[in-house]
Amino acid sequence: MTVAPERLTTSWDYAPAPEATDHIRLRDRYELFVGGAWQPPAEGTYVPTTNPATEQPLAEIAHAGAADVDRAVAAARAALPAWRGLPALERGKYVFRIARLVQERARELAIVETLDGGKPIRESRDVDVPAAAAHFFSYAGWADKLAYALGGRDVEPMGVVGQIVPWNFPLLMAAWKLAPALACGNTAVLKPAETTPLTALLLAEILQEAELPEGVVSILPGDGTAGAALVRHPDIDKIAFTGSTEVGKDIQAALAGRDVGLTLELGGKSANIVFEDAALDQAVEGIVDGIFFNQGHVCCAGSRLLLQESVADEVIDRLWRRMERLRVGDPLDKNTDVGAINSAEQLQRIEALVAEGEREGATRRTVACPLPERGHWFAPTMFTDVAPVNRVAVEEIFGPVVTVMTFRTDAEAVQKANNTAYGLAAGVWTDKGSRAFAISQKLRAGTVWQNTYNRFDPTSAFGGYRESGFGREGGPSGLRPYLRVR
Amino acid sequence: MRHLPAVDRVGVDRRAAALASRSIKAEAQAQAIRMAIGMIDLTTLEGQDTPGKVRQLAAKAVCPSPAHPEVPSCAALCVYPALVPAARDALAGTGVKVASVSTGFPAGQTSLELRLQETRDAVADGAEEIDMVISREAYLSGDDARVIDEVEQVKAACGDAHLKVIVEAAELGGYDHLRHATDLAIAGGADVVKTSTGKVGAGATPGVTLVMLEAVRDHAHRTGRIVGVKAAGGVRTSKQAITLLVLVKETLGEDWLTPDRFRIGASSVLNDLLMQYEHGMTGRYARPDDFSLE
Repeated sequence: MTVAPERLTTSWDYAPAPEATDHIRLRDRYELFVGGAWQPPAEGTYVPTTNPATEQPLAEIAHAGAADVDRAVAAARAALPAWRGLPALERGKYVFRIARLVQERARELAIVETLDGGKPIRESRDVDVPAAAAHFFSYAGWADKLAYALGGRDVEPMGVVGQIVPWNFPLLMAAWKLAPALACGNTAVLKPAETTPLTALLLAEILQEAELPEGVVSILPGDGTAGAALVRHPDIDKIAFTGSTEVGKDIQAALAGRDVGLTLELGGKSANIVFEDAALDQAVEGIVDGIFFNQGHVCCAGSRLLLQESVADEVIDRLWRRMERLRVGDPLDKNTDVGAINSAEQLQRIEALVAEGEREGATRRTVACPLPERGHWFAPTMFTDVAPVNRVAVEEIFGPVVTVMTFRTDAEAVQKANNTAYGLAAGVWTDKGSRAFAISQKLRAGTVWQNTYNRFDPTSAFGGYRESGFGREGGPSGLRPYLRVR
Repeated sequence: MRHLPAVDRVGVDRRAAALASRSIKAEAQAQAIRMAIGMIDLTTLEGQDTPGKVRQLAAKAVCPSPAHPEVPSCAALCVYPALVPAARDALAGTGVKVASVSTGFPAGQTSLELRLQETRDAVADGAEEIDMVISREAYLSGDDARVIDEVEQVKAACGDAHLKVIVEAAELGGYDHLRHATDLAIAGGADVVKTSTGKVGAGATPGVTLVMLEAVRDHAHRTGRIVGVKAAGGVRTSKQAITLLVLVKETLGEDWLTPDRFRIGASSVLNDLLMQYEHGMTGRYARPDDFSLE
């Protein structure tokens, strides 16, 4: 008996493979985490946080006001002498313990990150959470070696630090902020983003479990008013902010003339440069990683694609075919490549800028993929025939939208890449080592990736030039902003 | 002077790993298993092969799962040239193709005349598909023209038989060379390009398979000519086989998920596929001995 081989009469669709959520136990309501305990907000404000993929509420979140910021800063100030006086090795152990607990609760953290922020579970599981744990691990080891970090100079902690993190990598950014601050002996007040507070609150549970002394870290969800109160608090020694350039400028103005340390990690319009000798298929993967990773909600996203003219058509063609294979949809599905847009507000911003791009005459191509009815979605989009003067070539879209421009020579590539108000990151795609290094040296960007994009490591410094901010996070340079040289 | 197409190892492995992490469940998995079985070149290439062994394996290729009539036959039975007559007789009228390795398999270190004669003999004995090896000696010494020329000559010796050209990825020294050798095999007229002999190295890893899929995709895109891919060597588990299908689907599209365009060269993977299929049906794992060895 012979059976004919199966012909694909219908397509081979991957069956839904959703990550189970039934083991996740979120509280109905989260209070503020102040001085080591859960405390209700002074003004009694609670705001629900929702799942952007379904618009369903997940939990009620206490929002901090100025009085709560006051309490948290006072708790941090009170905890400071004992914390900075602790033998450095003991401080490192606390940070190490946090890292271990993040690992232990990795699956839960990944799922909650995806529920609250809309990013694909593949990313929260494989990138966000492991990178957050790695960051704590890396800085745990620095705690008792600070004297070596700055060339043998005598250092001490800044004191009480206020930290404000964005909504695109909620847990990871909290880790980027807290790990070096704690290792250096500071106490901290951390404000998670308004739309994505949940993993920071789970991190508060972890801090409790790690028996971190009371008041060393307080976590205050809230909106911009809480952030503004924190920035303007008279008893703060340092502010670390990651977010938009607009807010960053406000913060810098607010702190003008005060002896308060400041690091800003702001927006970007990073150039991803593909030379004609590059491995083009891998370059296309890098372009996809660069702009569609986390729906393009990445400050260092490779949003300005610069293609050498001799291969531009070919790369655009390959990129478009690759984009058509992106799987857009349920963020909890393990096969999803592109998830939900983080909020209605962000979706509006993306839509407005994309409309502006069309109005300015750029050619828009958007993947015709089915999108869920509920929730916030934007299909992967490419703009070609873009002139450097167009708004979509200049402004940060912070969505899954890549703008494509061309160049002819190495010099022109450098010139175009640097022709921006920002300077956070860049990518260089070439098979030629000498070219890669020569170009990288000329790019004014905090991070330059060679033949890869959006790869993060706790041991390497991350930060911007110009309107992308100043100060570095990660590696030994990430310690500097949290230390005072005596 | 050689101009090798650039392939970046880190990028290839990263993409391959991402595709290997696709989660294929439920009906998608059952469908994948049936497709994979229909793409298998069930293979025995041992010194101890006999007509008896070939006849038994042929029966398995024709009807891999008597308990599940919806499970298709394998695509082909792949044997050494001396056993082609036995395979031909066992498979007559079944639709399962007779495939034979040839050209001094696996090393290819015999004279071209011998390799051509071996091919002509195998085809005369009834082989419908020939799996040749490229001369790595020619490739690694830089004689690209000879690599192409030999493929052309073997192709001519094949007559109507389908020609699969093995580049032996593990002996080429990297993805750049793999891509280049694949392009040479295609230029020489290969109907199918094949990763490995199965005798050397890791065989059809996701990265190796991806590079070859990209080569045939680019060729089809440029010229319209369809060249198939056969992933062989080291494919032992259902998970590996399904990953190969994912690679095909997301690199070339679903049009390529047919035995005409994609093959899996293997032997032990068949029983693992059947075991997973059974598990999908019943929710329980069967014992290895519940499946016939041949």
